Amino acid sequence: MTLLAVERIKLFSTRSPYWCSALALVLGVGLTAIIAASTDNGQLSLGATQFGSSQLALSVVLVMAALAVTTEYRFSTIRATFLAVPNRTSALVAKTVVVAFIAAVLGEIIAFGSVGIAKVLSPASDLAITTGDEWRHVAGVGLLYGIGAVIAIAVGILVRQTAGAVAILLVWNMLLEGLIGIIPKVGVKIQAWLPFMNANHFLQLGGDNPAEQAGAGVDFKLSQWGSLGYFAAIAVALLVVALIVAKRRDA
Amino acid sequence: MIEAIGLTKRYGRTVAVDDLSFTVQPGRVTGFLGPNGAGKSTTMRMILGLDRPTAGRVLIDGKPYTELNRPLQTVGALLDAKWVHPNRSARAHLKWLAVSNGLPKSRVDAVLEAVGLTQVASKNAGGFSLGMSQRLGIAAALLGDPKVLLFDEPVNGLDPEGILWIRTFMQNLAAEGRTVLVSSHLLSEMALTASELVVIGRGKLITQSSTQEFIDRSTGNTVLVRSPQLFKLGPLLVDKGFTVRDGADGALSVSGATSDQIGDIAAANGVVLHELSPQRGSLEEAFMQLTGDAVEYHAEIGK
Repeated sequence: MTLLAVERIKLFSTRSPYWCSALALVLGVGLTAIIAASTDNGQLSLGATQFGSSQLALSVVLVMAALAVTTEYRFSTIRATFLAVPNRTSALVAKTVVVAFIAAVLGEIIAFGSVGIAKVLSPASDLAITTGDEWRHVAGVGLLYGIGAVIAIAVGILVRQTAGAVAILLVWNMLLEGLIGIIPKVGVKIQAWLPFMNANHFLQLGGDNPAEQAGAGVDFKLSQWGSLGYFAAIAVALLVVALIVAKRRDA
Repeated sequence: MIEAIGLTKRYGRTVAVDDLSFTVQPGRVTGFLGPNGAGKSTTMRMILGLDRPTAGRVLIDGKPYTELNRPLQTVGALLDAKWVHPNRSARAHLKWLAVSNGLPKSRVDAVLEAVGLTQVASKNAGGFSLGMSQRLGIAAALLGDPKVLLFDEPVNGLDPEGILWIRTFMQNLAAEGRTVLVSSHLLSEMALTASELVVIGRGKLITQSSTQEFIDRSTGNTVLVRSPQLFKLGPLLVDKGFTVRDGADGALSVSGATSDQIGDIAAANGVVLHELSPQRGSLEEAFMQLTGDAVEYHAEIGK
């Protein structure tokens, strides 16, 4: 508990998490607002409200989580941390827990905020969240952010510099996994096992309109919750590798 | 007490610290002296568990740093004053450190007061001058009221007032019975601050002794003698086994003898003395002589 308090103080005594959260909120909810405003009233579906949260704002949250670690290396406060808490694993796990929790809460705010603004701008559309699938589609964004933050922190610990970590995370999440689908025949099969593809699979609403679904056309082998578990397992595996490396490396 | 036993650190084929053993006793300031690149900082990082020794170990009051429970209450360290987030206030920086080691919030205010930063505590550390950063670093080191303190080149780049403040501060800490290890590449600074010296060059221990002993041994004693009867005194001194050289203005420069001995010999032989003055070699020269080989070797390795 002490270490969680320490990481909380560290995170909230600098400005970057506030800026990143605000930016994620504006981008995520803002994109939904634009989509809602340019769709005919009554035609907007729930599946269209989460593009901003699950695609655009996610990237900002990944950057925020990576920054929480890389700035520590950038300013060598990681050394001050390891002097105060020589057990590096617990110090870094505490940081991961705090950042992942904040990311998850932020995810819920952005997801439900997006639905809210869509309701305001397109009052005639049916945007009620009633079925289990609909709840998963909206509330699941928070889970996605929390797990995504763990991946971002693991990459941050391994790479130790902001530019590198951010480049890896953005290219991986926004470009690489999508581009692999271009490879004839096997591309789609590989995509079925890529972490962020599975994260998107978890959020899929299963409507009639495939254009609304990220990761559409990929033949996933796992159930939707199975995909989330797979995404989480990859995040934990990456974190374990990062923790082992951090423990052995000279600070 | 700090105890290094066969401490070794290799980076690939480069040996940064080579089988280094020394002890640092409480109650006095111990200077950790060596030219730039001698391995002082690497050694200090190994003492603090930041770097993993290739071989050997270092104990603080009998335990490795990483096994200390709430280490800030046992060891305080200032390795680099820039180890703070520039957008975090001085107070927030100390606060998270305090919380991490179960220290009361009152300690934060107490150490801010002790280093004179109370006025600027809520300002971001990134805007601090070097002197202020150094004070913040010292405040962090003192936070847990530790028995053991380590400072790496604490006076580097400070103005004379800052240097004097830190020097006095460290001596007071030692006077309170704490173990204080302070590194420097300047013997002249260490001569004023430390009463004990651990001297290293190229990662190897050159000597551990008291500062006075080190200076006496390394500068060598020469005495300048001026007399109208040098023709008589010179051979007498040579007979006693002292080295006699012609000094400036027809004086004699005698090494290996104290001024007392020369005065006695002169009196016993009825020689009139006009001047009898002990000469101190410069500390820098002595230090260069001792560590010179180490530095040259270092340069050759670099080729």
